[in-house]
Amino acid sequence: MRAILIIDPGPMATVQDLGRFGFRDKGVPMSGAMDQQALRIGNLLVGNPVGAACIEITLGGFRARFQSRVHFAVTGPPAGASLNGSPLSAWECCFAEKDSVIELYAPEFGSRSCLSIQGGIDVPPVMGSRSTFLRGCLGGFHGRPLQQGDSLDLGDPVGKPVYEFPEGLIPPYSGRPVLRALPGPQDDCLSAKGLETFFTSEFEVSSRSDRMGSVMSGPMIEHKRGGDIISDGTCPGAVQVPGGGLPVILGNDCQTTGGYVKAATVIAADLPLAGQLRPGLGVRFERVNFDQARLAYLKNEYLIRNFYEKHGKSS
Amino acid sequence: MSLCGDESGAYAEPRVLLCGETAISVEFGDKIDLKINRKVRHLYKSFKAAPYPGILDINPTYCSLFIRYDPLVCSLERLLLIIEEKLDVEDAAGPDCDRIIDIPVCYESEFALDIRQVADFHGMHTGKVIELHTAPVYHVYMIGFILGFPYLGELDHRLHTPRKKDPRKTVAAGSVGIAGRQTGIYPVESPGGWQIIGITPVRIFDPARKEPFLLEMGDTIRFKAITRDEFHALSTR
Repeated sequence: MRAILIIDPGPMATVQDLGRFGFRDKGVPMSGAMDQQALRIGNLLVGNPVGAACIEITLGGFRARFQSRVHFAVTGPPAGASLNGSPLSAWECCFAEKDSVIELYAPEFGSRSCLSIQGGIDVPPVMGSRSTFLRGCLGGFHGRPLQQGDSLDLGDPVGKPVYEFPEGLIPPYSGRPVLRALPGPQDDCLSAKGLETFFTSEFEVSSRSDRMGSVMSGPMIEHKRGGDIISDGTCPGAVQVPGGGLPVILGNDCQTTGGYVKAATVIAADLPLAGQLRPGLGVRFERVNFDQARLAYLKNEYLIRNFYEKHGKSS
Repeated sequence: MSLCGDESGAYAEPRVLLCGETAISVEFGDKIDLKINRKVRHLYKSFKAAPYPGILDINPTYCSLFIRYDPLVCSLERLLLIIEEKLDVEDAAGPDCDRIIDIPVCYESEFALDIRQVADFHGMHTGKVIELHTAPVYHVYMIGFILGFPYLGELDHRLHTPRKKDPRKTVAAGSVGIAGRQTGIYPVESPGGWQIIGITPVRIFDPARKEPFLLEMGDTIRFKAITRDEFHALSTR
């Protein structure tokens, strides 16, 4: 039986893939791995299709037993990991004998590790995705976080593992991340002073942070006329600034519509870093323009695609 | 693109707002207004009818259509041309009231947790709240918040009530609420700050159903008051 048995899920572990698309008009959030770069590269390393489901482990504390021989990879920010007590390297394909126990520790400064296993986590897709949407109790493993004793089936392996270090494809994880952000869609609702505060101050991630969003503390951002708008569409990476003046970076489980001013949007290339925020981290926003944002996106996508194609896979 | 609009708050030309480099919001006005919402629906329906490669998700709201795209497959320039083309085609959305859906609601006090407060706030009897809430035909302006939550208008102005100061940690699935000038239905159990005035036995979201979502933007609905016995008879939860 190809499966993984959860011995200890740690603070939170969920099944995630690239996310749920095509249902945003019905109020269904994207969900999916908060660090999609870690997911995509992890899947490549173990020979999975890019969208196979992984286990997203929040703040370590995770222990599980492989019920069969498997290839697997741990990706994400620097964090300790071991297999049967021996240290493991991240961002490379590893092999485990049946009954091996894997252990993942909390990252030094990020928050989420991604455990990709050859064949992927085989839970039934809901609306086209295996991702867990916790607030909707939807998808993943029975729509909930993993618990001790859960046994997750693995899919059949479809591709060969890749034994090459993904040089240049690991996000620049940092204890003081700088997130590049494009002003808008409602930057015109901030005063000039408010916009300057936003792009020049350091904010601290507060304890009110989860997969829906990270609430920041720091200097108040000034609006022109309050922080409310007629509710419009939202997306992961959007930075809301409600009336109270403190920014909230929306995460993958964010609600699909929102009634607060969105001052800026973290660019796609930096979303893996935004997906790694954890309480206490200092964060800055660097202003970029549309062309810079697009260039960063295209560059990253080409790098990933090249790596995939080099190994005869489609991304 | 001009910002000059008419009284309804509709812009003469839609505004395109950048939501990062992988999404835009096409905004038709800046008021909650049926005319503006119809323009949003028109573009939404047009994309639904003829999807484009590279467009990952679309989300219609009160005044704007949110479009998520992959710049590697579809550039912003190309997307804007597609939108322009679609806007030139009239009436792709068809008539506004495709269907009228009746939603039975039990307004009895054990479900209508806030109906007394709402009645007191407006100095009326709870019976009047029910009468005013069941009178209009409501338009589904948008679906948002969580799993099929419909934002409905127009609520009778005599029922406009602020949200609760302290949102509830859990609101039961099917609860019917009021917030400001809006009314809506909680599809699943979730936290919420709306004033709860009733509950429907109808599952507006059911993942096991072939079409999990009962409502979509542009639908019209009516609330019909039912008794607690009828509620229990109809309830499948």
